[in-house]
Amino acid sequence: MVLRELTALELGAAIKKGEVSIKEAAQAALDAVAVQDQALNAFITVTGERALDRAEKLQAGVKDAQSPLYGVPMAIKDNICTKGVKTSCASKILGDFAPPYDAAVVDRLAEAGALSLGKLNMDEFAMGSTSETSFYGPVKNPWDLDRVPGGSSGGAAAAVAAGMSWYAIGSDTGGSIRQPASYCGVTGMKPTYGAVSRYGLIAYASSLDQIGPLCRDAADCAAILDALQGKDPKDGTSLDGQYGNLLSGLTGDVRGMKIGLPVDCYGDGLDGEVKTAVLAVADVLKARGAEVVELSFPVMEYVVPTYYIIAAAEASSNLSRFDGVKYGWRAQEYEGLADLYRKTRTQGFGAEVKRRILLGAFVLSSGYYDAYYKKALQVKAVIKEAFDKAFQQCDLLLTPVAPATAPRLGESLSDPLKMYLSDVYTVSVNLAGLPGLSMPCGFDAKGLPIGAQLIGPHFGEGTLLNAAHAFQLDTDYHKRAPKGGDLA
Amino acid sequence: MTWETVIGLETHVELATKTKIFCSCTTQFGGDPNTHCCPVCTGMPGTLPVLNKKVLEFAVKAGLALNCDITRYSKFDRKNYFYPDLPKAYQISQLYLPIARNGAVSIHTDAGDKTIRIHELHMEEDAGKLVHDPWIDQTRADYNRCGVPLIEIVTEPDFRTADEVIAYLEKLKETLQYLGVSDCKMQEGSLRCDVNLSVRPVGAEELGTRTEMKNLNSFKAIVRAIDYEAKRQIELIGEGRRVVQETRRWDENKDATYAMRSKENAQDYRYFPEPDIPPIELSQAYLDGLRSAQPELAEEKRARYRRGYGLPEYDCRMITSDSALARFFEELVELGAPPKQGANWIMGEVLGALSARALEPRDMKLTAPTLARLIALVGEGKLNRNTAVKVFEAIFDTDVDVDAYVKEHGLEQVNDDGLVREICARVLEANPQSVADYRGGKEKAFGFLVGQVMRELKGRANPQSVNAVLRELLGG
Repeated sequence: MVLRELTALELGAAIKKGEVSIKEAAQAALDAVAVQDQALNAFITVTGERALDRAEKLQAGVKDAQSPLYGVPMAIKDNICTKGVKTSCASKILGDFAPPYDAAVVDRLAEAGALSLGKLNMDEFAMGSTSETSFYGPVKNPWDLDRVPGGSSGGAAAAVAAGMSWYAIGSDTGGSIRQPASYCGVTGMKPTYGAVSRYGLIAYASSLDQIGPLCRDAADCAAILDALQGKDPKDGTSLDGQYGNLLSGLTGDVRGMKIGLPVDCYGDGLDGEVKTAVLAVADVLKARGAEVVELSFPVMEYVVPTYYIIAAAEASSNLSRFDGVKYGWRAQEYEGLADLYRKTRTQGFGAEVKRRILLGAFVLSSGYYDAYYKKALQVKAVIKEAFDKAFQQCDLLLTPVAPATAPRLGESLSDPLKMYLSDVYTVSVNLAGLPGLSMPCGFDAKGLPIGAQLIGPHFGEGTLLNAAHAFQLDTDYHKRAPKGGDLA
Repeated sequence: MTWETVIGLETHVELATKTKIFCSCTTQFGGDPNTHCCPVCTGMPGTLPVLNKKVLEFAVKAGLALNCDITRYSKFDRKNYFYPDLPKAYQISQLYLPIARNGAVSIHTDAGDKTIRIHELHMEEDAGKLVHDPWIDQTRADYNRCGVPLIEIVTEPDFRTADEVIAYLEKLKETLQYLGVSDCKMQEGSLRCDVNLSVRPVGAEELGTRTEMKNLNSFKAIVRAIDYEAKRQIELIGEGRRVVQETRRWDENKDATYAMRSKENAQDYRYFPEPDIPPIELSQAYLDGLRSAQPELAEEKRARYRRGYGLPEYDCRMITSDSALARFFEELVELGAPPKQGANWIMGEVLGALSARALEPRDMKLTAPTLARLIALVGEGKLNRNTAVKVFEAIFDTDVDVDAYVKEHGLEQVNDDGLVREICARVLEANPQSVADYRGGKEKAFGFLVGQVMRELKGRANPQSVNAVLRELLGG
């Protein structure tokens, strides 16, 4: 048994049966981190000792374990608060901040018997599509070390793809789970807005942020979501999805399911190899009895500007609390309060974060609010309507995740506008608060993974996961792994 | 030229909920610095606000009592600014869809009755407090007050005099106290008032340029600041200069206002809808429930006391000046005390004792059943009123059993006619000069004789029967 080849559920079953101890699994993961992470830089903090201690404690309770994920090692994106463990958002400004509380998802995972290996690298404050804006240096793509893993949950995607962690918890504001999952060849999901509590997720754009899993396949995804989802009294925007047990709903039966192909998502700017691979997903599902319908989604040109106005506006407010007064990093020399604020924020934030704060402050400022922010909210409502209309004609939508496979390091930073435009397929899902899933559906000529996106209606997670599961029953893209040997 | 002062008020009132607006920390005043706070009210990264339902309820109750339209679909907004007492660097408030609008409050001054229009009432969180230590030249932040719930009540510019402003604030305070939504203690900052003031020639339609005055910590300060600022603006215009739109701070020690910041330097708060709190949708049933549960307010009580108990207007106002006092009065009457007697005890002894101890009626130890019993003992002739007052003073701070106390101290009124007659005879015999004086027409001598009898009986006699017996023995 090669542990790194197992899915989280398979490892959970082996642990339950006593075929492998939790400590062995944890140690295997930590060994993989030790060998590979110098090159990949997927982790900001590795909590090895904690993990081994926890493994021993969990082992004692393995007989009574209820969760299929009991004892399975995992890792957490560094914008999710972990009590007593540094939580940096990959920013200099948070310094060695260790929150005195756990995020709600961390509590829920602990109840499910999860074992954390540490905290994962990301774009600073989740702002970026490449995981290059981290104060702790860029994350590399395990399939090609010269390429980015995507972002902002790049550390999460890389860790799962490289076999350093069986699954990871990330966050998705405009594609930050789905796009890196696509670039790294893993399965990732952004649940319906409100399905998972945001308490303890350090906010980027509160109305769009959502926590979700990155993992090996749709079944792992369902099991993790089962553990995470549900109304939380500490998050007023959380909701009860009432979709029962998602894992047990994975039948692979998609007969009669209507798959919608929005023609507007397959036009200019989409790489030919990506297009072919994504459309092939429709054929696989069709062979299993699904119907495929083409439909129009006539709002694509508005989604990126709308997203960047709303996300930046909320970010400018959410990130104001990092002022050097109460926690985190403070500028060394300053004169008076205004100078303390100015120097701390000037030196503590990276360029991309500052760009978005300035953009956000601008669109909210008096005289510009109506022209930008208010209008963006109106367009957001129009985008939502476009989805409602689409879901009158189909059960889920099939689109690309990104226009192309992973770019080279440094390519995107020089042209932020180009980077923003590459979010065109993912941001609309956040604007409408819908569930979106990214799964591997092929490789391009360079050997880089291609991802397909499935989008469901509000709380349509069950349908999404079942369709992805059906696809994965007939394909093995999700089982392929990068050659770890290259990394050592 | 004659000038008219035009004033509008923005009043912040702390709500008397047990816990804060977005977390479960206590709202208690005081406490060691940073002991009444948690990750949520100190805005730690990743934490989220969850609206305290009691805050919503209190705000709606206040809105209803101020005759406002309640907003059925209401939202919170963020007001962004940097200051160390505001740990999130934004205040969660309401700008676009406040919980209540378009209200009206009727006030009464010596000049007559008037209606003050309420522009809006909205919910928001309070900020912390900065304490500067001049000895070490350091400023420290105390976040205990962060997240204490506030309502801000904004009036239209309907006031013309300081009298009207005070009448409105008294009425507001009375209303909110009766509702039980705030204790409105200005000295603890649970009622704070900013005054917007401008002047214009009498008869002019257009409003003058206004200034906003802050740091007004008492009614006295408000009156003086209004007088000062109106005079300052009139003088400026008289000198051919212009009033600048600005925020001014009242300096209690210097008796003057001085400029804090002008409109040009005004902050852009970049308000936008708070994404962490879902919109508040109020059902008709919720509003009906609150409306029918509204308590009787002071004005309604006064009308009832006038009509039902025949109390004079003055008594009604005194008793209803405080909701706890009014409740105390109503309990006395329910326990059988004649209303006018109950009112007299409250206006005289109770208020006197409270003021001597600098206590609020709600902090009073003495309970209504105890005072009701005392009043009953006087009514039954078992205690004379002077003795009753002494008993009242003795038990005011402890609230002991009246009957037991009277018995223990042997204070029952002497109603034994034989004994009274015997003492009277003895006193007359011992004071022949006074008897002669009385008979010679000196009424004063009679008072002396009554006093002697009362002294012999240790004050326990019924004064009326002493009078009657003495006159009889003195031959009419």
